[in-house]
Amino acid sequence: MSQEPAMKDGNPFGETDLIRKKMRAEAAARLLFGAMAVLMVIPLLSILLYLFYKGWPILSWQFIADVPRHNMKEGGIWPAILGTIYLIFFSLCASAPIGVLAGIYLNEFARDNWFNRAVNLAVLNLAGVPSIVYALFGVGAFVLAFGFGRSILAASLTLGIMNLPVTIAATKEALSAVPRSFREACWNMGATPWQTIRTIVLPNSLSGILTGVILSVCRAAGETAPILFTGAVFFKPIEGKGLFAYGLFDQCMALSYHLLTVSTQLQGVPEALLYGTALVLICIVLVFNSVAVSIRVYLRSHQRW
Amino acid sequence: MIRAHPANKIEIAGLTVSYGGKTVLQDLDLEVRRNEILAIIGPANSGKTTLLKCINRTIEFIPGARVRGSIKIDGEEVHQIRDVFRLRRRIGMVFPLPVGLPMTVHDNVAYAPRLMGIRGRTELEAIVEKCLRQAALWDEVKDRLKTLGTKLSGGQQQRLTIARALSHRPEILCLDEFSIAVDPVTTMRIEDVLLELKSEMTIILVTNLVQQARRLGDRTAFLNNGNLVEVDRNEVVFSDQPANRLTYEYVQGVFG
Repeated sequence: MSQEPAMKDGNPFGETDLIRKKMRAEAAARLLFGAMAVLMVIPLLSILLYLFYKGWPILSWQFIADVPRHNMKEGGIWPAILGTIYLIFFSLCASAPIGVLAGIYLNEFARDNWFNRAVNLAVLNLAGVPSIVYALFGVGAFVLAFGFGRSILAASLTLGIMNLPVTIAATKEALSAVPRSFREACWNMGATPWQTIRTIVLPNSLSGILTGVILSVCRAAGETAPILFTGAVFFKPIEGKGLFAYGLFDQCMALSYHLLTVSTQLQGVPEALLYGTALVLICIVLVFNSVAVSIRVYLRSHQRW
Repeated sequence: MIRAHPANKIEIAGLTVSYGGKTVLQDLDLEVRRNEILAIIGPANSGKTTLLKCINRTIEFIPGARVRGSIKIDGEEVHQIRDVFRLRRRIGMVFPLPVGLPMTVHDNVAYAPRLMGIRGRTELEAIVEKCLRQAALWDEVKDRLKTLGTKLSGGQQQRLTIARALSHRPEILCLDEFSIAVDPVTTMRIEDVLLELKSEMTIILVTNLVQQARRLGDRTAFLNNGNLVEVDRNEVVFSDQPANRLTYEYVQGVFG
């Protein structure tokens, strides 16, 4: 190691130029990457603060619980909130079982052959399809061919299909986080693949799967295009009908669609009402996110390896 | 049980294995006698682990692996066995990396018996204790059978895998470098157990420790680069004149 620069004062642990250079590079890297991480938080915080600032005046119990009045210019947004919750729930019912089971198949059972490669490719491409294309598919398939009409059912199924690739990807990711050595240990003891999945793989990947499923739903909550032609409606009075105001074959209002219409189709809607609607929408998404995060934190604390 | 070859538990003939075109075992012929300890030595990449995986057919889980040739257990062709899961239960496998399954120590060992349909608590507890004793782990974990297998130390997890391999009462026990993470004293205890178990089962011991092969083996096989160089009684393999000079050099530490 004669290339090492001369030691300062003969102290082997003294600062040499090499060490100083290394430290500077370290500090620079830390600063750069840290700055990018902070930068990422800024848009979210500014959106939230801005929405709060603009929408604050209108936020009240009445805004949440009342139906729109005077051609949307007054009153609340309850039918849209309830509609969004319905859409979230039923799209979850559609996409979660199919997506999770398909993800398990692709990750655990599928061998590397042309058919499964094609399925994987299809899933990837499905994720890249624009949401308006899903909307058209939904119209063709669910509204017309299956005869569901423009309804919560058709809209939820459309959203569900849109969610599938995300659900599948999340499931596969959660499953592949379980070390292969666990599976091999089970196989060596004569466990069938399904026994291995049931006893080892699933119990240890549940947190990731659940989180992925819930997060995919948040995306569905904000989408407008897929429900535009399949089930969303401009106005639906559901005054005094409680939580079960909508039927599966009814059309419904939805926050995303409501936001679109009141901000583009109507004149003279108070600004605060727009921001208030957006704020409620983002809050619903945040609530779902935090549920996902709490599930993850809870299950992670019971992590067993 | 009178079969065509009563003396041989396993008969391997013309076994060739390749991973994506790269041959790792070349036309291997090998017999494993009933109730013997067959030691397999050889440098890295000589195909030792692959050979074990062929015997219990977990090689099928490796994408791109191609297997040709025949492996017979008790005269029965392994590749034609319908119930591959039962076949695997007849074979206890211990691989070099210690793997504690993410469940309690008790459940780790009770896993395979439960798969076989054993449900009784006392029966399971008896099996667990017996296997943990055989793996020289019982004294260390008997007061904490409820801790997670993954929380044990590396050496303890390694012995846990041995206990698991014994838990389904195998006829054949394959050990691949079982002592890598285990201290010498405990290794000795496990070696003593292996010598006892020999009366109940046939043992294949893959090891990098030439001295371990010498101590434990009845016969030793020397694999090099996917070829079986020599297999013979220990007295011959470890003598001054084994059949192949390569064997002599490896055993004496000239190479490898």
